[in-house]
Amino acid sequence: MNLTYTPEQRAFRAEVRAWMEANVPPAPLPSFDLTSEGFEAHRDWERRLNDGRWGMVTWPEELGGRGLDYIRWLIFEEEYYRAGAPTRVNQNGIFLLGPTMMEYGTPEQKARFLPRMAAGDDIWAQAWSEPGAGSDLAGVRATCTRDGDHYMLNGQKIWSSRATFADWAFGLFREPGSERHKGMSLVLFPLDASGVTRRPIQRMDGKLVFAEIFLDNVRVPAADRLGEEGQGWAVCMATAGFERGLLLRSPARYQVGVSRLIALYQVHKHRLPASMGERVAQCWMDAEAYALAIYAMVSKLDRGGKIGPESSTTKIFWSELDIAITSAAMDILGQDAELTGEENDWLDDYVFALAGPIYAGSNEIQRNIIAERMLGLPKA
Amino acid sequence: MQFAFTEDQLAINLAAREMLVETCTPASLRLMLKDGRAIDEARWRTICEMGLLGMLVPEAAGGMGLGLTDFIGIAEAAGYVGLPEPLVELAGVTIPLLARLKDNRGLLESALGGNRVALGHPANRFVANADSATALLLGDGEDIHLVERVDATLERQESFDPFRRLFTVQWAPSPATLVAKSWGDSAERGALLAAAQMIGLAQRCIDISVAYAKDRTQFGKPIGSYQAVKHLLANAQVKVEFARPVVHAAAAELPLGTLAARARIAHAKIAAGAAAELAARTAVQVHGAMGMTWEVDVHFFLKRALALGSSWGTAGLHLDTIFERIGTVPTGPDATFASELG
Repeated sequence: MNLTYTPEQRAFRAEVRAWMEANVPPAPLPSFDLTSEGFEAHRDWERRLNDGRWGMVTWPEELGGRGLDYIRWLIFEEEYYRAGAPTRVNQNGIFLLGPTMMEYGTPEQKARFLPRMAAGDDIWAQAWSEPGAGSDLAGVRATCTRDGDHYMLNGQKIWSSRATFADWAFGLFREPGSERHKGMSLVLFPLDASGVTRRPIQRMDGKLVFAEIFLDNVRVPAADRLGEEGQGWAVCMATAGFERGLLLRSPARYQVGVSRLIALYQVHKHRLPASMGERVAQCWMDAEAYALAIYAMVSKLDRGGKIGPESSTTKIFWSELDIAITSAAMDILGQDAELTGEENDWLDDYVFALAGPIYAGSNEIQRNIIAERMLGLPKA
Repeated sequence: MQFAFTEDQLAINLAAREMLVETCTPASLRLMLKDGRAIDEARWRTICEMGLLGMLVPEAAGGMGLGLTDFIGIAEAAGYVGLPEPLVELAGVTIPLLARLKDNRGLLESALGGNRVALGHPANRFVANADSATALLLGDGEDIHLVERVDATLERQESFDPFRRLFTVQWAPSPATLVAKSWGDSAERGALLAAAQMIGLAQRCIDISVAYAKDRTQFGKPIGSYQAVKHLLANAQVKVEFARPVVHAAAAELPLGTLAARARIAHAKIAAGAAAELAARTAVQVHGAMGMTWEVDVHFFLKRALALGSSWGTAGLHLDTIFERIGTVPTGPDATFASELG
């Protein structure tokens, strides 16, 4: 055990910091969930990152990455959040589909999709949930009907983040007549394909952060299936592991959030009860605990280990931490917390945090997974 | 940067853990209670023969010359079994302190050979196991005195935890008994190793509850198949998963001695205490009315968790160190590790 960075790791941090200082836009980009201009501004940022070969630092060099280990990925993320760089508009692609494609994709698929994904040329959305299949994802009813070397896709998908403006989606479909976990396939489809209709869904604050996708006889090549035909469930579970466990929520995000919270607390401290200080201190401790747990997980991965069901503990912890941080900030702001003006930059974070215990598998489902797969309790 | 135990560390931990789990069963604890024993001398000899007492003593002084990251897993295991003998306090705090003294008056060699020395650190109100010690290290402010057992008057204080034999000690400090002017990092070591034991205790509370929830049926099914019970146990496990890495990091960072390192130890004590408290309460709840009884083993672990939670500084005291840390040392994603901070 050695909790000291090597000189090479320190030099790498300095390199990232210098690039971020020279390249991160001085003012926040317009939201990618409101207008196509905002979306395209974020795409341009992805291109700029990729030009500096910072798009996907853990990917192999031939796919546009740097082939770095996960410790360096964490250092990169720390500097990324420290610099206040824009939220990754392609996170569904680069953090979820990308790693899954590395594992399950054919060489042709990797060559065709991954460099474009890293460059921001293709922005991806996830098309898994359906109105009747949320926590019970094996209940999906959208179908992929084989037609020679093509599939015909039909059905309805929902809660697809970024889908309003994205280019491609990775969807979970089943062979007509198949049931539950059998007969599913993960199929990639362009969101501008004939037969695809997208309808944005307004979040409680009016933002169009997710969308419904209607598929009416959408014809896609069978070669755009990821993984074996009928093995879609296993492929999805691998993706879900990345989603919950590691890549989606790097600790730096919360450490930056807590530093902002501490600064906010210092400003208002004179009129706050001592108990508020304890909440702030608890948030700081939890963000540090999360960072340490991820460093331990990454050290295990870099030594050839795998992430198991403990990724479900991670998902519960970061989602509850996000709520703890943002609700503490709202309470510090007091009566100003409900104001929607630009000077209240905590409200959007708070609303977003509320969704954390729901997406990527609700925390109730995660608790079932912990109980059954980590602790060995019997299924209901 | 490598936040993982080495193969050697895992091997030492495994050997010690297997010995402890095998010998220190709840049935054996009950037998000790029946006989009125707080020390199992046979196990103590094994602990001594395995060299565990000298793990943190330099090789030149007759020890193994290892560090806290080598020992932390053993402290966890001691908590896991609810070990009655003072292995953790002696090997982790008292014996390293003896090794640091200019003149330990032969007590280091004696302690490495298995003779127990009791510790009266100013952080704690009582001295544990003073009655079976050959000598006592006692605090008079920051001064440390080495007092023979016969020169101290002991008054027993009954603990809720029957294996904690606590005493208040009356004695007279004198220039002849003075052996050092500073406790060094003893308080930090004590807090860290109490935290490690609480991680073990928390996991044990979960494990015995899982076993019970698989076995106990109501409405025709094991109670562990019901979500309400599953979620109680999952919540306790989440607490453990995010306290354990803090304890391990604190073991690695303690030698730095900086405010950032001391705050990590404070965090470890607070987080492990919260995990043990939740897990122990959850264990009582999952066991239902049986959880309140003497017959079920939950109480062994609940009592130890309660005792360790306030030993070596309460959560409130350690929170002050956290406030000092976040108020004066940088926070943020590049300020995680104490080695990066002054």
